[in-house]
Amino acid sequence: MAVSIFHRITGDGLAIVGALMFLWWLGALAAGPEAYAAFVACVWKDPSPEISALHQVTNILGKVVLVGLTWAFFQHLFSGLRHFVLDTGAGYELRTNRLWSILVFVGAILATAAVWLYIAQEALHG
Amino acid sequence: MGNGTRLGRVRGLGPSHHGTGHWLQQRLTALGNVLLVTWFFVSLIRLPLGDHGAVHRWASNPTVALALILLVISVFWHFRLGLQVMIEDYVHGEATKLLSLVILNFYAIGGAAFGIFAIVRIVLAPAAGLAPGGM
Repeated sequence: MAVSIFHRITGDGLAIVGALMFLWWLGALAAGPEAYAAFVACVWKDPSPEISALHQVTNILGKVVLVGLTWAFFQHLFSGLRHFVLDTGAGYELRTNRLWSILVFVGAILATAAVWLYIAQEALHG
Repeated sequence: MGNGTRLGRVRGLGPSHHGTGHWLQQRLTALGNVLLVTWFFVSLIRLPLGDHGAVHRWASNPTVALALILLVISVFWHFRLGLQVMIEDYVHGEATKLLSLVILNFYAIGGAAFGIFAIVRIVLAPAAGLAPGGM
């Protein structure tokens, strides 16, 4: 039950928030260095000495959204892989089904934590 | 109605009228997404994302650009199908359902076109870090 509804919620989130972030990033990359710098200053880190109140908020919000998208990506990916197995007609026994549902949730949280620990560690060391 | 085989009487009466093709396309694009989005995700983590020149050089590599275009097609087609099911399940009333589906199609096709056009701009941009500007 829960995995199924989370598959839909994360799918929605990726399709709307994820796709728009992706297009914004891609459009800024195509538009040139200034547009790209403006994108980075908005969603990640404003390099100017005096950061506007708006960017102070969006710098935090951007990271929250990116962590959320990372989790949604892994949750949807693992849950989708589970669906591939279920499509073959396997894994419907109650115990097996329950085990893999739990593993999807645990796997998504662990993968998200691993990715962001890696990013944080990279940011600290260079 | 009323005549024909049992299958013939129910064919085409599902909420979308195109169940099987929809189901299959959802799986095919899902498989494409597994490969392409995983590749993209790993690339993003490895790239110096704050460096416009480096990211631009990466994206303008023909193989990378082709993979990005395939990614846009696979992802946008996949979520168009997924959100369509969501609308069919949760939006009731023929008029609002139709309107929602129209908006979804505008968003998915418009977004994919924007994305592919951006990739083409990146590839065709003059080298040496110049802004593509007028194309």
